[in-house]
Amino acid sequence: MEQYLPILIFVLVAAAFPVVTLVVARVIRPHKPDPVKLSSYECGLESVGEVRDRTSVRYYLIAVLFVIFDVEVIFMFPWAVRFKQLALLGFVSMATFLGILLLGYYYAWRKGALEWV
Amino acid sequence: MDTELLLKVAVSAGKVMTVLLVLSGSVAYLVLLERKVIAFMQSRLGPRRVGPSGLLQPIADGLKLFLKEDLVPAKADKWVFTLAPVVVIIPAFAAFAVVPFSGESFDVFGLTITPWITDINIGVLYILGISSLGVFGIIMAGWASNSKYPLLGSLRSAAQLISYEVPLGLSIIGVLMIAGTASMVGIVEAQRETGWWFFVPQFVGLFIFFVSGMAETNRAPFDLPEAETELVAGFHTEYSGMKFSFFFLAEYANMILVGCVATTLFMGGWMRPFPSVEALAWLNFLDFVHPFWSGFFWFAAKLFLVIFAFLWIRATFPRYRYDQLMHLGWKVLLPLSIVNVLVTAVVMLLMNSGSSA
Repeated sequence: MEQYLPILIFVLVAAAFPVVTLVVARVIRPHKPDPVKLSSYECGLESVGEVRDRTSVRYYLIAVLFVIFDVEVIFMFPWAVRFKQLALLGFVSMATFLGILLLGYYYAWRKGALEWV
Repeated sequence: MDTELLLKVAVSAGKVMTVLLVLSGSVAYLVLLERKVIAFMQSRLGPRRVGPSGLLQPIADGLKLFLKEDLVPAKADKWVFTLAPVVVIIPAFAAFAVVPFSGESFDVFGLTITPWITDINIGVLYILGISSLGVFGIIMAGWASNSKYPLLGSLRSAAQLISYEVPLGLSIIGVLMIAGTASMVGIVEAQRETGWWFFVPQFVGLFIFFVSGMAETNRAPFDLPEAETELVAGFHTEYSGMKFSFFFLAEYANMILVGCVATTLFMGGWMRPFPSVEALAWLNFLDFVHPFWSGFFWFAAKLFLVIFAFLWIRATFPRYRYDQLMHLGWKVLLPLSIVNVLVTAVVMLLMNSGSSA
């Protein structure tokens, strides 16, 4: 675990940097808010309607597909590192796994989940 | 307390500070470099008022952002709005913890300082994992702004980031297979042993990595999340002052990170060209100062090449349309990267059986 200590230090320093900068900037920068300044930007017009309205279901589909494929990539990492030792057995196992996955990918493609219209 | 542990913490903290300082400086001057390079490609002169040839421009920009009023829209969720840039910038910085900047350690006061902050056996996985955390900050920024353009921009940005993360991860698999390790230092050493830098056997991998990397960092031609003509400035439309500058810093830091990873995985990291050819040993001409600087010089030179390619592409290509972006990611790069992995596996199997027979 010793190699991970520097990472912890890095994350702490990286977190301290924006916090300290924001606090210092808060002290020296001007602060003169008024209602017009603080209104939401909408090309200079009065804001119309609700912001958090319904969003396209496409984003949800993309997120679901991402979860499936990203988990697959994570599975492939340890396999790739040990590929030379696993040799043919490893290749056949991964090819089977990928085959099942590609079947699903083909299904998603045919169903139009990858279209963005 | 244990003095040895204290010493380790102190050395690490020193290295972290050095990397952060150099990185911030690089980001500042990368912005100037970008403006200059693109200006020259478009027959303009670029910034040249502040200091000689505009060399002090980054300092002026930084000061300006630091002193600007920092607005939080009345409708915004105040805490999430403030937290979002912090959440974006921490992973953008922290990913640099495993990048090997040079090959040779050096001694200071009897301490051996390695030219990387830490070398973990899952270095590549760490970079992928940490850098993908930035998407949370983008979603938080868009949601907390409670304004139309930022929300749309953050949704687009998040969908783009996760879409291109899959081919990005898959493009690295081929390198891991050849190297047999996921440690960043180990991969460079493997390129020395193999005799080939991995962009030769993995040129498809490098191509996919480069394109996905451009999409991951929201660089043109994939800069749809901040497509000015339709979305104003995307998820950071409502941001100003220091908070805006954090998003800006994170974007350019991520760009440098993609360059560092491409250099390490595909282009031999800190090694000089043709490291096995003795006649070219003079290329490490900085050895007379310290071998560390030779390694660092070549690392920086390769990094510069990658970054320059980024800028060149931005000046050359028009922006993608959103459906084209999704088409490229899911229907071109994803199958291509899977095929690349399978072809690499078959070729490696054939070569191994050939050598043992």
